[in-house]
Amino acid sequence: MRTFSKLAFAAVLIAFVGPAFAQGTGAASITVEQPYARATPAGAKTGAVYMTIDNKSGTADRLTGALSDVADKLQIHEMKVENGVMQMREIPGGLPIPANGSVVLKPGSYHVMLIGLKKPLTAGEKFPLTLTFEKAGNIAVTVPVQAMGATQDKGGINSMGGMQDGKSGGGMGHMEMK
Amino acid sequence: MPARQWMLPAFAGLFSCAVFALGIVYIVSFSRGAPTITTQIGGAFSLVDDTGATVTEKTLAGKPYTMYFGYTFCPDVCPTTLLDLSRWIQKLGPDADKLNYVFVTVDPERDTVQSLHDYLSSFDKRIRGYTGTAAEIAQIAKEYRVYYKKVPTEGGGYTMDHSAIIYLMGSDGKFVTVIPYQEDDASALAKLRNVASLTPTS
Ligand SMILES: [Cu+2]
Repeated sequence: MRTFSKLAFAAVLIAFVGPAFAQGTGAASITVEQPYARATPAGAKTGAVYMTIDNKSGTADRLTGALSDVADKLQIHEMKVENGVMQMREIPGGLPIPANGSVVLKPGSYHVMLIGLKKPLTAGEKFPLTLTFEKAGNIAVTVPVQAMGATQDKGGINSMGGMQDGKSGGGMGHMEMK
Repeated sequence: MPARQWMLPAFAGLFSCAVFALGIVYIVSFSRGAPTITTQIGGAFSLVDDTGATVTEKTLAGKPYTMYFGYTFCPDVCPTTLLDLSRWIQKLGPDADKLNYVFVTVDPERDTVQSLHDYLSSFDKRIRGYTGTAAEIAQIAKEYRVYYKKVPTEGGGYTMDHSAIIYLMGSDGKFVTVIPYQEDDASALAKLRNVASLTPTS
């Protein structure tokens, strides 16, 4: 189990570490790219925010918290589906952001959990979010709300229910719902 | 930077290992899946649906059905699964009505009849929500061999660990197969079509 999550983490790391290598060491140590949330079902009390966090400095950092008006409480979570069982936990001490590396927050994995949503998140809306890092301090971002099944990769946002279609066809999905 | 130069190949190597390991995990969990447990999944229950009506195993008798256990405070696995299921239902076309679709909450404390009804209004309308007392939910979860566990979080809240698998059941209430989390469309649709074809002709 432990090995599995380590390997998964490594895989996540690899997929996004490439672009970070291409860039020189800039002044801004931490950058947050492509933050987004998914629209929530009617009456849902929780939501999640995803993004890519780049650390261009030689010092490891840590995402320790987040604040936003859209929910009562925000936590940094880890989620996984292991042996068919979904588990979600707050990451004790926050999410480590390795030196000269990136961490991707995405569905089924790390996320900023919105607990006690004041109203459902609707596709097309935006909301402000402040992320707190141990070393880099506070970083404010604007989070656009995408369709419910939206996923995101380097190519941008795919408004479809998951990665299934993309795997076989390489193209965008074709969602007929609504 | 020297450190960067060796890191890239090292990562690439790790990546291949990760892909390989993931493949093994998938194959193992897949082959471990259905056959051995087939006869033990399913059974009698008494719950209420999201319209407030009492439902039992007899309500579902006569049509194959899908059954998924989750909860509405779930931030992405449950909505993703319900969204996938909604998409498959639409793709089934006329065959879709040969099945019933059930979402059973493992969090009856928070998922009331009304909140389930509201939540499911965001998905295909043919998906029904079931809730009940804690004891009733424990009973059906036991019969369907579903794992769930309340996990307290800091500040008095809680999340639920739970099985994230869609069961496909025959019109006689007997287990047929499962659709694991994030099954691809083609495979899930083939399973659903197969179960739909098991409908007894009246
Ligand atoms: Cu979470």
